[in-house]
Amino acid sequence: MTAAVRPKVELLSPGLIDRILQEAWLILEREGVLFENAEARALFRDAGASVDEAGQRVRIGRRLVEACLSRTPESVTLYDRTGEESFRVGGDDVHFDPGSAGTRVVDHRTGRERPPVSEDLVTLARLADALPNFHFQSTGLVASDVPPVLGDSWRVYLALLYSAKPIVTGTFRVEGFGPMRDMLAAARGGPEELRRKPLAIFDACPSPPLKWSHLTSQSLIDSARAGIPSELISMGMTGASSPATIAGTLVQHVVENLAGLVLCQLAAPGAPVIFGGSPSSFDMRKGTTPMGAIETMMIDMAYAQIGKALHLPTHAYMALSDAKTPDAQAGYESGIGAVLAALAGINVVSGPGMLNYESAVSFEKLVIDDEICGMSYRLLEGITPREDPLAEHLFREFKPETQFLTLPHTRKWYRIEHRQSPLPDRDTYDAWVAAGAKDLPERASERVREILEGTPARRPEAGLADELRRIIVDDARRSGVASLPL
Amino acid sequence: MDLTRFQAMSQAVIDGDREAAAALAREALSRGFDAQAAVENGFIPGLQKVGSLWESGEYFLPELLAAAEAMKAAMAVLRPALEAGREAALSLGKVVLGTIEGDIHDIGKNLVGALLSANGFEVVDLGADVKIDRFISAAEETGASIIGLSALLTTTMLGQKRLVEELHSRGIRGKFKVLVGGAPVTQKWADDIGADGYGENALAAVRAAKALTGRE
Ligand code: B12
Repeated sequence: MTAAVRPKVELLSPGLIDRILQEAWLILEREGVLFENAEARALFRDAGASVDEAGQRVRIGRRLVEACLSRTPESVTLYDRTGEESFRVGGDDVHFDPGSAGTRVVDHRTGRERPPVSEDLVTLARLADALPNFHFQSTGLVASDVPPVLGDSWRVYLALLYSAKPIVTGTFRVEGFGPMRDMLAAARGGPEELRRKPLAIFDACPSPPLKWSHLTSQSLIDSARAGIPSELISMGMTGASSPATIAGTLVQHVVENLAGLVLCQLAAPGAPVIFGGSPSSFDMRKGTTPMGAIETMMIDMAYAQIGKALHLPTHAYMALSDAKTPDAQAGYESGIGAVLAALAGINVVSGPGMLNYESAVSFEKLVIDDEICGMSYRLLEGITPREDPLAEHLFREFKPETQFLTLPHTRKWYRIEHRQSPLPDRDTYDAWVAAGAKDLPERASERVREILEGTPARRPEAGLADELRRIIVDDARRSGVASLPL
Repeated sequence: MDLTRFQAMSQAVIDGDREAAAALAREALSRGFDAQAAVENGFIPGLQKVGSLWESGEYFLPELLAAAEAMKAAMAVLRPALEAGREAALSLGKVVLGTIEGDIHDIGKNLVGALLSANGFEVVDLGADVKIDRFISAAEETGASIIGLSALLTTTMLGQKRLVEELHSRGIRGKFKVLVGGAPVTQKWADDIGADGYGENALAAVRAAKALTGRE
């Protein structure tokens, strides 16, 4: 029996990939990229790159980039907190996780945004843990009830306490890295174990155009040395912080990400790096950055294709929406994004649950998007010829009254072939009315409550919880934070 | 100056043609024409036309910003020739603008700055990652009436609060109007920290600035 064909979509011809790369090599070598971080510049200088210290500019030859590319692992395997379940980030494997660092949460009682508090972070971790189609969780909200100096490490603390899934996160300050790494290492049983079995990905964004800030360069260096995978998040905004054309923005994207990748390899040869991004089209009327625009998704799919051509794991911010409530726009933008990301074979897809560009999280939308992600995984399984013959044998004794519902073949296959989806409305009209005529956000809201009331959080054992507490309390003390909300 | 020359000035702004705008301004001066007339009858009508093209949905941000740039180029040439009192009358006021220390997001701030200057404000752009102290000293030095603070991070939002407090503690709170904005910033935050104005986007920023200067 033959296997299923994995559906796949590619937007770039090999010729166009080559042109983009050629221009990227040229820019890296001739114009170079700005690195604000002195240690980063020293690493480049030691590796023979041409460094203009005064202008903070680093020019990187193609040979160095290619040497670094050849040292970068083609895939990274993440392990959950228990160390048992593993996820390969590479090939055409797809893993969805909720979007990151929202500064607002949509309150399901009022339908309006408000600042998130620590309880919301707990809810997010628990939902991400319970919803089956998120392979990873993410530190998707920034708590407003802890002082901002503790914003980054506090998120990782709660994530480790309320979910066992691997974590997509990132630093907000240079000092945040230490405690974040220590908590991850504690969960794993030591820094070497963490290196062998990564538990988290750290996102780091270059500053378009062509610059890596002090903070994000440091995150790349520190993560590389600790064996923590870095996700390179170039984020040009067409016509605002990158060229207006899609192909032009791709050139900039490749330059920025490759400069970051070289830094990772110089800091620690063989460091795991993921070729990611959060570019967007730019709304020339509102001055906003629509993540749900089709051009945004096209840029994502295309740079991921280039990442694959460079034999790198890939990431994108897709399956999210610019709508302000979980409405039809939220559904179509997230749905189209998720399906396209899956068809493009993007390894880490961050975004579900997010609204209002990248700034708000809705728990109802998270539940809805989980369903979308489930559909996307199913699509990727493709069509498998389950039996040989496929169906001819079912028609051998064909009679007009043949009923498929009663065939053993049906009972054998229907559960395997078809997803069971309780969330979408598949009632008859009368049954829907009888059940209260609820729309999707209402049903999703009920599902949120069911999970929170019925699915206990996967908490770490007491010893680890104590150790994590010790690390965060220590970080709080050093940061001058007197009390913690939870 | 004849009508066609005024029209050419307007057109340079409408087309967002910096070189043409500056060249027309230089030409006006070299021929001894009145700088004031060039601004009022030439360049400003162009800007007004751009405003209505924006309102009607014809123009988008790139055209708006290009027009603001062309206007700026012309004003750079004409300003020295304007009588001091008259120059002040043409300006709606001076705004010191920047993104708070620790924050490098500057795209929104740049948009706000461009629209403020397109609408007649004089903008002193301090850039991104700007210390609280710098805002205050720049405002004092330039005699600005408004300090505009952009913050895109929850961490740097606090800088807006600190600036208001700093103005109080120096006893100069009354000297400046404080205008705040940036994605995480809300009207409520602006009220809580005692800022004078808030703008959700660049057009709202212009409205707020006009309200603060009593020009609307
Ligand atoms: C582009 C972007 C970047 C770019 C910025 C490039 C640049 N030169 O500006 C880069 C890649 C550098 C970047 C870096 C980071 N970013 Co960023 N970024 C964004 C993004 C996607 C869009 C911001 C933007 O330019 N919007 C378009 C402009 C036009 O809109 P705007 O800035 O909101 O401005 C409008 C209004 O707010 C208002 N306004 C703005 N300023 C002012 C001022 C006044 C006086 C007034 C009246 C009005 C006003 O008018 C403007 C025009 O309409 C936002 C997400 C978002 N949608 O906001 C995240 C976001 C702000 N970034 C975020 C983060 C976390 C970071 C990093 C820390 C990530 C990292 N670890 O690397 C770093 C921080 C670096 C630093 N120290 O500042 C988070 C913030 C979360 C938080 N807790 O605060 C956000 C919300 C994304 C997310 N959900 O994760 N980022």
